[in-house]
Amino acid sequence: MTDLPRTPPRFSATFTPAVNAEIRRAAASGIYDIRGGGTKRHLPHFDDLLFLGASISRYPLEGYREKCATDVWLGTRHAKKPIHLDIPITIAGMSFGALSGPAKEALGRGATAAGTSTTTGDGGMTEEERGHSKTLVYQYLPSRYGMNPDDLRRADAIEVVVGQGAKPGGGGMLLGQKISDRVANMRNLPKGIDQRSACRHPDWTGPDDLEIKIHELREITDWEKPIYVKVGGARPYYDTALAVKAGADVVVVDGMQGGTAATQDVFIEHVGMPILACIPQAVKALQDLGMHRKVQLIVSGGIRSGADVAKAMALGADAVAIGTAALIALGDNDPKWEEEYQKLGTTADAYDDWHEGRDPAGITTQDPELFKRFDPVLGGRRLKNYLKVMTLEAQTIARACGKNHLHNLEPEDLCSLTIEAAAMAGVPLAGTNWIPGRNGGW
Amino acid sequence: MQSFDLGKEGLRALNSSLHALKGQTNMTAWEVINPKGAHAIAAGVDAPVDITVRGSTGYYCAGMNKQATIRIKGSAGPGVAENMMSGTVIIDGDASQYAGATGRGGLLVIKGNASSRCGISMKGIDIVVHGNIGHMSAFMAQSGNLVVLGNAGEALGDSLYEARLFVRGTVKSLGADCIEKEMRDEHYAILEELLRRGEADHKAKPEEFRRYGSARKLYNFNIDNASSY
Repeated sequence: MTDLPRTPPRFSATFTPAVNAEIRRAAASGIYDIRGGGTKRHLPHFDDLLFLGASISRYPLEGYREKCATDVWLGTRHAKKPIHLDIPITIAGMSFGALSGPAKEALGRGATAAGTSTTTGDGGMTEEERGHSKTLVYQYLPSRYGMNPDDLRRADAIEVVVGQGAKPGGGGMLLGQKISDRVANMRNLPKGIDQRSACRHPDWTGPDDLEIKIHELREITDWEKPIYVKVGGARPYYDTALAVKAGADVVVVDGMQGGTAATQDVFIEHVGMPILACIPQAVKALQDLGMHRKVQLIVSGGIRSGADVAKAMALGADAVAIGTAALIALGDNDPKWEEEYQKLGTTADAYDDWHEGRDPAGITTQDPELFKRFDPVLGGRRLKNYLKVMTLEAQTIARACGKNHLHNLEPEDLCSLTIEAAAMAGVPLAGTNWIPGRNGGW
Repeated sequence: MQSFDLGKEGLRALNSSLHALKGQTNMTAWEVINPKGAHAIAAGVDAPVDITVRGSTGYYCAGMNKQATIRIKGSAGPGVAENMMSGTVIIDGDASQYAGATGRGGLLVIKGNASSRCGISMKGIDIVVHGNIGHMSAFMAQSGNLVVLGNAGEALGDSLYEARLFVRGTVKSLGADCIEKEMRDEHYAILEELLRRGEADHKAKPEEFRRYGSARKLYNFNIDNASSY
């Protein structure tokens, strides 16, 4: 009887060990899981697209001899002083508070050395960041922490943040552990409390009000600064159209792979759309309004390499923004801190409890002892290197497609590996001319 | 007095002229005529000047004001004196939604009534309202003082932090984590000063007010408070 073979243990595809662990954690704690970063689920992404490259029907450019330009203008619609960047890869908004002062300094150093912009966050403008950033975008957020007209005027552009990809429709939170004296002072809050950032702006509701708000910001800054409007990737066609209607110079669309300093895991994983699905909708809105390339489009959420940059631009973006990738370039989640990650119950490349303020790499913390570990000069150099590599990679691909500027990449240069990606990106399935929902194909 | 006809010369010319008044200037008295409800009148001023707007204004009049004293001889649209840093804004009539929103300093005086969300997310501004205020006023108010001679609408001070709310009349309801607090000598002194500066000392006395503030129970997340959010 005992010699009969038994059915081997079989795990449920629905109730996986990870799902069960979360059920147990919720049952024990009574509170939802909070973490940083973006979605960790598998999604249709840029990996599902490939470039076709030139052959007989297209003429490639010589990689080491022929020019492939990478510069981009942002804010040409209304601003007296539009921004000109050497590369179309910008640094996304990340707050002082979520990040340490030295980490913000490193972002400024790296971005400036690479010829691009960096962006403030939900905590106001720090001297470290302004001082080390040649081009700094100042976020105008619902919380208005630290908001003041002097910083508006010393910014190079203003980004009205309506939402972000990790949590479209959600506000922010910075838990008490990270509300140090300096953070509390900048945000005008008591030290050590859980700081909530509102999900809606306090003094405007809807696109008609937004138009008047943007007009006010232009008046305060004498129409000099480009004004971006950032939305989380949820209804990108309509949000882009409404942002254009409201007078935006630049629209920023952030897909659900975009990170956050901290929010509920259920929000990160279940709200929003992947960036691959957002870009074509945003581009279509701009095209339908006759504003493509007149109002610039920046996209973000899961950009990791020059290939991702090139694919985003081929789909019609003018530029991209990186956040998580920039932090990794600085040294976040580096295996050299593995022993300490283990003590926190995690491992390198999986650490996401940024809200707890105990980041072994000294980046997402306000603990002076921890952020001493982080060298902003070295961090800035690493970020510059990474940005340069991404740019070279994007140029390599663009030249192979016969393009002398990254902006000349086009959907025709792409094919899709999956039906899902073909449908979302509006790019034919490889080996066919089939775009699901658009044509019969062959 | 420098008189500026907004109807003829336009908003850009007005704000451009006012922004040029950096540092010391002897052009300290300005009058704006024919405002006709325009938006962003005198937004972003940073000079110790007196500006009188003869008529009603649209959205965001005196937005982000620094140093200037701005008098509106009419009513003000939404977001008047939003994010004010310093100076004084005095409205003879009523104010629409979000008056003094996110204000970080200075004094906002509304001689009529204020609509909903007065003092929303205020961060240090003082606001004196001679009449009533609407619902959700002082939502997430962080610091500063809101003085209301009349009544307050629903959900006063919802989720507020350290702002002080003084109401002379009735409060329809208090928002989450907002409670009535004891009036101490320091609060009478604050009120006396604000009533005087708010040109309301002839209308009310400090001892007629009740004080509201944060119970501080929602400052750190606690699952037992989930129903309060």
